[in-house]
Amino acid sequence: MNPGPTWHCPTNTGVGSDRVSLLLGEGGRGSRDFLRQQITGRFPKVHAAFADAVHLPNVPGRLAFTTDSFVVSPLFFPGGDIGKLAVIGTANDLAVSGAKPRWLSLSLIIEEGFSIKVLEQILDSIAATAELVGMQVVTGDTKVVPAGCVDGLFINTSGIGECVPGFVSNTSTLAPGDVLLVSGPVAQHGLAVLATRERFEMHSPLVSDCGSLWPAVQTLIEAQIPFKALRDATRGGVAAVLHEWAADCGHSLCVDQNQFPLTDEVRGLSELLGMDPLFIANEGTMLVAVPEIYVEPALTALRAVRISQDAARVGRVEPKSIVPVSVRRTLSRPVPLDEPMGALLPRIC
Amino acid sequence: MKLIDEFRDPALARQLVESIRGAATRRWTLMEVCGGQTHGLLRHGIDEELRDVVELLHGPGCPVCVTPATVIDHAIELALRPGFLLTTFGDMLRVPGSDRSLMQAQAEGANLQMVYSPLDAVKLAQELPSTQVVFFAVGFETTAPATAIAVSQAQALDLPNFSVLTAHVRVEPAMEAIAQAEDCRVNGFLAAGHVCTITGYDQYYRLAQRYRMPIVVTGFEPIDLLVGILRCLQLLEQGSTEVVNAYTRSVRPAGNVAAKEILQQVFVIADQPWRGLGEVPLGGLILAPKFRRFDAVDRFGLERTSIAVEDECQSGAVMSGRIRPTQCPHFGSRCTPQSPLGAPMVSTEGACSAYYRYSNLVPLNTSPAS
Repeated sequence: MNPGPTWHCPTNTGVGSDRVSLLLGEGGRGSRDFLRQQITGRFPKVHAAFADAVHLPNVPGRLAFTTDSFVVSPLFFPGGDIGKLAVIGTANDLAVSGAKPRWLSLSLIIEEGFSIKVLEQILDSIAATAELVGMQVVTGDTKVVPAGCVDGLFINTSGIGECVPGFVSNTSTLAPGDVLLVSGPVAQHGLAVLATRERFEMHSPLVSDCGSLWPAVQTLIEAQIPFKALRDATRGGVAAVLHEWAADCGHSLCVDQNQFPLTDEVRGLSELLGMDPLFIANEGTMLVAVPEIYVEPALTALRAVRISQDAARVGRVEPKSIVPVSVRRTLSRPVPLDEPMGALLPRIC
Repeated sequence: MKLIDEFRDPALARQLVESIRGAATRRWTLMEVCGGQTHGLLRHGIDEELRDVVELLHGPGCPVCVTPATVIDHAIELALRPGFLLTTFGDMLRVPGSDRSLMQAQAEGANLQMVYSPLDAVKLAQELPSTQVVFFAVGFETTAPATAIAVSQAQALDLPNFSVLTAHVRVEPAMEAIAQAEDCRVNGFLAAGHVCTITGYDQYYRLAQRYRMPIVVTGFEPIDLLVGILRCLQLLEQGSTEVVNAYTRSVRPAGNVAAKEILQQVFVIADQPWRGLGEVPLGGLILAPKFRRFDAVDRFGLERTSIAVEDECQSGAVMSGRIRPTQCPHFGSRCTPQSPLGAPMVSTEGACSAYYRYSNLVPLNTSPAS
């Protein structure tokens, strides 16, 4: 990566010191210096966007457009940081909508006094992640607010992706007999953030699954799997997606808890804290619904890609019953799975 | 994973279910004392599986549920005072007091911090010398020793800005209150394994003899629960009023001696109001005179708790096994985890929350038929 120029303007424009000052976001010289020193080196495509808007090239098909804001605390956690998360979160929303992630906007809301060094680390992470997922940061904005008004740094990203022709993810088409797959071990992100924030001293560290799902979506498309629905299981975890799907399709969904891949670290900590991994957030794990006859080809395709190498069959769509989502545990009796109510773990993304 | 997988083994669970069916000549009524056990039973579908041979009533063992609303009101009052920081376990945040919960008060500016250990609250008091750090201490004999250590640490450090708002409760007097009630339907107790890890179970022999019922110290995993139920049914079928330990990997007859010692140093046993159940004789722990200066009620001139506040929540009837959560007229309609009338619908150990989450006896979000 290009680390950007190291020369600092001797006048107090808010960029020369090692802390972010209010001047930096006020327009004029401070803003311009910040753009030049921190942004354009890392994101060369933003250069053109000294104008008010960027012009995007023509693409043949339809576009997908999404936005997300990131307020995770702490800013750094094993497996990622707020910058990586801000790119991955938006890229994955495009990916599971059948759109190849292409262009990204980047808006920073920075607390006065925030360390320039830390900001540089996060910007480097954004640049590296964007390159990894094939996205270009093409426009953005920076605001600085007085100390205490935000917690260090908040980021908003919006993303535009190119839709793959023929891609359909329509949860209302789910029908009894369809099978539910998960692309990898669940609950890693939420617990990694929690363990870092609460400074749990763990024998082996929990690592967030924060990663791009596009390769997993692409492999399903290339293998011509006629999947019925895809969704990344972020806040509220797998349970939230299952409840959304059950509401959309009007049938009941039943999963087998023992079929979900889990790392030992996640099992250990979730048992210790009394948290159900099905309710804990992921940032690189998705649910896939496929017709029964495509289960094996879908798993084969998914397992050939690193992000989804541990893909597994976890449940199925069943005729509508009194309970929208149920789970089988030790005695194999289906027991209702609650819908997440939020606030299990604050500010994980 | 060691110590988990073997206690969730489906084949062994199936075998135990058959043994329980084989052992019972009639339908018995057992009370699982701890809310954690209620959740385990419902989460794994054990109550439904055994419905024809055993009725499982959930007991009073949810500390969050039995904490009086007035104590929560005190916590809110302190958290709203300038220069105060109220610390407590995450479980307490959503429990309604007289008119709101701590979490709702936080939105109004109450200064709250969730902690995982009372020792974290002591650390905060050291780090924030100009802030009055209050630890809102709830729980049975399982959490009380940690509070005791925190108070004795604060004493050793002579911390002027640390105090505790205590609502610690003792499980044995509550079991006795239930056993001696005229309309008691309980044939045998599944005693709370984690409480017994601290207290031991010597004290239960008197209870078992006096009220003529077997008591089986029981754990929380599906196999633990099934073994506890099987042992209790076997004793009932034999007409025995024995006390049996079915959670031997954690519980010793005399309990955790070191924890009991620190409890004795820091706390004294006292009558205590329980939310829903009323005054339970000798049902609580308050700070011993030597440590009374750390008592937030005394230090900040709060009124001692009365139990005058009664609400629409029927937690008393639920926690003493008189009604099942689904028999409450508000269950699933006016009272849900999103909008609870009382604590048992909020807490992760609350019986109503367990039934709401895991029971498909009634359609969720609708009133029960009866």
